[in-house]
Amino acid sequence: MEAEVNMRSNAMPREVGQRGTLWVVRKVLMYAVLIIGAIISLFPFYYMFMASTLTKSDVLAQPPKLLPQDKLFENIDRLMSDSSLKLAEGIWNSVIIAVLYMVLSVFIASLSGYAFAKYKWRGRDLIFGLFLATLMIPSQVTYVPLFKIIAGGNPFDLVWLGTIQAVILPGLASPFGIFLMRQSMGQFPDELMDAGRIDGAGEFGIFWRLVLPVMRPSLAALAVFMFMSQWNNFFWPLVAQVDTIPTRIGALSGASLIDYSGIMTVTSLSVLPIMVVFLLMQREFISGALAGSVKG
Amino acid sequence: MQNVSTRPKQGSGGWKGFRLSPKVAPYVFVAPALILFSIFMIYPIIYSFLLSLQKNVAGEQKWVGLDNYSRLLGDELFRKALFNTFIILIIQVPIQLSLAMLLAVGLNSKFLRMKSFFRAVYFLPAITSLAAASVIFRILFADPDGFVNSFVSVFGFGPIHWTLDETWNRVLLILAITWRWTGYNMVIYLSGLQGIPEDLYEAAAVDGASRSTRFFRITIPLMQPIILFTTILSTIGTLQIFDESYLLTNGGPQNATMTVGFYLYRTAFRQADFSYASTIAYGLLVIIAVLSFLQFRFTGGREEAS
Repeated sequence: MEAEVNMRSNAMPREVGQRGTLWVVRKVLMYAVLIIGAIISLFPFYYMFMASTLTKSDVLAQPPKLLPQDKLFENIDRLMSDSSLKLAEGIWNSVIIAVLYMVLSVFIASLSGYAFAKYKWRGRDLIFGLFLATLMIPSQVTYVPLFKIIAGGNPFDLVWLGTIQAVILPGLASPFGIFLMRQSMGQFPDELMDAGRIDGAGEFGIFWRLVLPVMRPSLAALAVFMFMSQWNNFFWPLVAQVDTIPTRIGALSGASLIDYSGIMTVTSLSVLPIMVVFLLMQREFISGALAGSVKG
Repeated sequence: MQNVSTRPKQGSGGWKGFRLSPKVAPYVFVAPALILFSIFMIYPIIYSFLLSLQKNVAGEQKWVGLDNYSRLLGDELFRKALFNTFIILIIQVPIQLSLAMLLAVGLNSKFLRMKSFFRAVYFLPAITSLAAASVIFRILFADPDGFVNSFVSVFGFGPIHWTLDETWNRVLLILAITWRWTGYNMVIYLSGLQGIPEDLYEAAAVDGASRSTRFFRITIPLMQPIILFTTILSTIGTLQIFDESYLLTNGGPQNATMTVGFYLYRTAFRQADFSYASTIAYGLLVIIAVLSFLQFRFTGGREEAS
């Protein structure tokens, strides 16, 4: 730390005189702002986990309780045994939907990203432009027709209300993912593809066995992003009438007899897995989210 | 090399038997995305527009031209929803982006320890589902016994009627959105800041530029494309708010926090007025397009950096 400070002061001779008290004040101030920010960021999570260990009535007790108690398993039992809440079903659906969506959407996005990045073909730029253009269209525009598609009574006549595919399929070909994959596939060297062809690999074989393994970091980033977007999705499962954890949270919080610690227990259940994955794969998470800033 | 002639025979079992030529391969690869995309994106976009030109009269769809659009222009509830959204836009987006910039500049400081800890902590709200964030905030800000009211009463305030008072209801929504998105924007800014070469600052410091001069003359201009990007992203996001309006405030007292997204949901899925809901969606599309265009224009629209 000392050495670093000295280096800075050499580089900025005019500030040497101020380095004393002013510099300390500035540093303290900066830490204060960052720490207050961190407390504000974390407190709602603390409160959520804490409240999931209280009894129903203790959540809004006066004075407020801020230390965890031992009612967590009681809360879980109560929620799981109340079959009208369909909590187990919600958890199961959430897991299946998020995992299936993640695998399929990453596969589809990487396939077409590869086609856009590594082949020259007629209509390529036109179709890519089409994908890009829809990125700017608010998703609300498609909601009503999508509902009609999955509810039946349309030319395709799928009757999918309440089914898992009704949640997965509409967003499966994600323009965002395709764009992202095109970006990273572009960096794969053409020479390696040619070498693969000379060795007798088919086009799909080249993609599957040469390209994908190299692309693992971007695939992982896209995968966590896709998983998260489905895991957190509330609107579409609500409309498609599929019970997932977010829609169960919604139903529970809309109930007339409000079970505050129950709501916080379910919410903790929905936040915890994402949090754990986030702590394990921070880099992928952040680069997946940041990838959005590349699309502009 | 000699293998070239023998390989195709060997690969004749199973799916390996399907040899794609490099000419056909891209079409096959793009097909799944294109098929899904046509059914679930392009067709709905067109269908939605057609619906907005129709009306359901006694169970039958009738063409009514722009009738729905003139209804939209005169619709007080739509106007109120739009007004609410714009209030959030004008107040929340600048607050959130300035806070994000402040935190990013702080985190970018050379002397700071535990950078990755802070970055992770600030980013955490962004990975939380809106549904979860909304109900947490609803309980934290419960009226009158929630934690926040107990907290402010320590300083002699309150209780604040977060759910009953129109203004406080909007404040609540703004706080919840700020909590969720500030860290996300901060991470975007941070990655932008890390791309600014250090010698620029050092040269400016040698020339006697103060800290704030360096910030406004170097950081802000160089970050302009990224700031524009986050502004457009936040604007689009704000205009589409649904989860918070539905789960946190349930539209608010006298529809104070009814958003366009919630109004659309109500029209389509509670009142089953699909045509008018489509009109609302297209109204939203036009507004988003105009705003994005204006923001792009006013900030000079430089594309390169991002």
